[in-house]
Amino acid sequence: MATTPKPEETAKIDHRPPLFEKGWMDKPAEIRPGIYCYGSKPKNLEYVGMPFPKEWNPENEDWHLPENWKEIIQEGFKDRLDRFRSLKLFMDICVRCGACADKCHFFIGSGDPKNMPVLRAELLRSVYRKNFTTGGKLLGKFAGGRELTEDVLKEWWYYLYQCTECRRCSLFCPYGIDTAEVTILGRELTNLLGLNTDWIAAPVANCYRTGNHLGIQPHAYKDMLEFFTDEIEDITGIRMEQDFNRKGAEILFITPSGDVFADPGTYTCMGYMMLFHYLKSLGLDITWSTYASEGGNFGYFTSHEMAKRLNAKMYAEAKRLGVKWLLGGECGHMWRVLNQYMDTFNGPPDFMEEPVSPITGTKFENAKTTKMVHIIEFTADLMKHGKLKLDPSRNDNLKVTFHDSCNPARGMGFFEEPRYVIKNVVNHFYEMPPETIREQTFCCGSGAGLNAGENMELRMRGGLPRANAVRYVHEKYGVNMLACICAIDRAVFPDLMNYWVPGVEVTGVHEMVANALVFEGEKKRTTNLRGEPLPGMEDEEDV
Amino acid sequence: MNFFLSIIFSFFAVVVVVLIPWIGVGALDLRVLFGIVIPYAAMATFFVGIVVRVIDWGRSPVPFRIPTTAGQEWSFPWIKRNRIDNPKGLGGVIMRMLFEVLTFRSLFRNTRLEYRRVNGVPKIDYEWEKWLWLAAILFHYSFLVIFLRHFRFFMEPVPAFVTLLQKLDGFMQMGAAPFNGFGLPGVYLTDMLLMAAVTWLLLRRILYSQMRYISLPADFFPLFLILSLGFTGMLMRYLLRVDVTKVKELAIGLFKFSPAVPEGIGVIFYIHLFILCVLIAYFPFSKLMHLAGVFLSPTRNLSNNSRFVRHVNPWNYPVPTHTYEEYEDEFRDLMIEAGLPVEKEPDATAGSEEKE
Repeated sequence: MATTPKPEETAKIDHRPPLFEKGWMDKPAEIRPGIYCYGSKPKNLEYVGMPFPKEWNPENEDWHLPENWKEIIQEGFKDRLDRFRSLKLFMDICVRCGACADKCHFFIGSGDPKNMPVLRAELLRSVYRKNFTTGGKLLGKFAGGRELTEDVLKEWWYYLYQCTECRRCSLFCPYGIDTAEVTILGRELTNLLGLNTDWIAAPVANCYRTGNHLGIQPHAYKDMLEFFTDEIEDITGIRMEQDFNRKGAEILFITPSGDVFADPGTYTCMGYMMLFHYLKSLGLDITWSTYASEGGNFGYFTSHEMAKRLNAKMYAEAKRLGVKWLLGGECGHMWRVLNQYMDTFNGPPDFMEEPVSPITGTKFENAKTTKMVHIIEFTADLMKHGKLKLDPSRNDNLKVTFHDSCNPARGMGFFEEPRYVIKNVVNHFYEMPPETIREQTFCCGSGAGLNAGENMELRMRGGLPRANAVRYVHEKYGVNMLACICAIDRAVFPDLMNYWVPGVEVTGVHEMVANALVFEGEKKRTTNLRGEPLPGMEDEEDV
Repeated sequence: MNFFLSIIFSFFAVVVVVLIPWIGVGALDLRVLFGIVIPYAAMATFFVGIVVRVIDWGRSPVPFRIPTTAGQEWSFPWIKRNRIDNPKGLGGVIMRMLFEVLTFRSLFRNTRLEYRRVNGVPKIDYEWEKWLWLAAILFHYSFLVIFLRHFRFFMEPVPAFVTLLQKLDGFMQMGAAPFNGFGLPGVYLTDMLLMAAVTWLLLRRILYSQMRYISLPADFFPLFLILSLGFTGMLMRYLLRVDVTKVKELAIGLFKFSPAVPEGIGVIFYIHLFILCVLIAYFPFSKLMHLAGVFLSPTRNLSNNSRFVRHVNPWNYPVPTHTYEEYEDEFRDLMIEAGLPVEKEPDATAGSEEKE
């Protein structure tokens, strides 16, 4: 594994490509350790029936391409131009105005000019022009056309897997050109040749088989939640058992498996469990599933088809269990898929009912056809109706800022709900600068399947703009907690904060909710879910 | 190809575009070709080309609803939503598109990265940067006004709005024009603005290293073309006057489909006309198609309603999935051991009994 340079080294970034240089079309990509993720392993492609599984190393000359690889790409490209107006349009109308150039966190953090969104798309556009337009066929380079060679294919792979599909560039584009869409379809093309990263291919295979990215088998899934039940009992004195695969429940809850696996996501998971238990006596009838045990969708980082195949479990399990509606956990790309794709992929879920909160009676009209409600919406509604007894002072040790995850931000517009929930459970909340939050939010730098270990340098570079904004509020207001509603954020931000802004921790929103939640009959709470003393309880014996 | 080559290539391409009518009319007197045939061919290419291209885009479906949401979604009644940047229905989409097309709203958001290091620690700022937006909006609206002003050459009598526009455009420059008092006609504001805006759009491609890097010949070529179009137009108006009556005769003839080329129009007019012909004939094959494309952009022209109104993908096809039955078959024993409910008991061979 490549060693990650020190922050002072990483920070030496030059955003100005030199004046006298060969044009980008003639400069093949240099595939650098620390930036790329390992190539997909054959067993993971085989398990889901993806083509051309093989052992390969992106740093080697030979990528073991099939002989007719050019035809495969040509056919695949044409097929996608015919099926996606977005692609066709985005190939044709870019004027290279450059508005997107310095909006990409990877360009800001790396200075690599091919990380400018416009250039990332041009990598495909140049081939498109050469192969699909008259001008490009006749005039070649003079019309911006470029022959598809192995070097070009490698460059595609290298840069398509350096995009987190965060869509920040699309916000600034005068024509709404969405590089995420280009990346998604470009990755589909690389997958036609068996060229994925293993950090995506393995979770996909796992998810297909066990229902979740981490490959947690049903008994282990239950075990993990039971472990949390013990932890919660230690803290609150109340045993908060959960239900699994229970038929006839009213609601099925689905969350990213990252939440049951690693800190600090696990605390968010405990937060959900505590909330559910709290609401039980108020009429909440909810179950978890070990089969539909993944909210996220790494298939979405592979192809639309794979996204659909993995997403299918949600409705299938809802149908099998006979639930009325679905509740979804805190996750980023999960919610883009649920909002913009799920019903189109696998709907309509006629067998369910329009979601209604059993506690408040609120109809979630904005989830009328998908039948899936965001847990933040659910909780915000509970708070609005005063159904939760909260003691925000338990979070008084926290100075919180909120990171808008890219997908709920620019693929949904989910801004006020999480802020409302946070402000109900903490007393110290500070916003980062406006150019770095809400619709202009900066990516964590590790989304879209880039949260591996071997590409740590890339992740630290890509996360720099976000970290810079956190540092601003850290220095100005003493912010020590970065809240988010995304499992990948929770998994990757601790590394990013340690690297750029030591002293800032990471939390999901429901962890803070659970800390503030006052249970009837609970023992005197002395610690938070992390086992750290609550404010004012530092001297208690229990700690 | 680096940016020097791109510029040189595009520049010479435009020089050739200028030379062709200069020689063609100036030396060879091919007035019918340059005054009638080429304009008709160019116009046909323009209209047919645009229609064909738009139909071609339209033939590809929009399988998924992928608006870029730039504001709060429609949620609870007590949460204020952003109707324009995150439209829920058609009305909002129309508003969003109007703002996009008429005011370049997305471009207006533009910022400029300011990257520094203070004691080795990166400091990133996002600075005010509206120059691109300003140049773009001045360029497009000036072009529109100039285009509309040209109706005085195509229509008899001259429509009132053209006269008005002309007055407004000229009036604002009165007294301020540098040539006033030299027996020259009043300077049009839009002429100046167009040239200034296009010059800036060109200069930024040369001065900014990022712009240099991304620019292609296809970016310089239209800019040079438009600059030379404006330059020849202004030459004609302010220095090398041509016989406007005859130009109008030619133009009206063209539009009435009874073309005739009058004698004695200066060659500068044919150069101006030819540049225009090249521009519009090039249009459907170039990035200039963003004019039509922006209306079709799925990240802008769709409402964010896919959670409450079903969006249908016309080519949606069934895909293989890993069913619950397959899953249970693999993990049944472990599930039973863990006390998880199963559909089938391990020894059951036919028919299943539900275990609640």
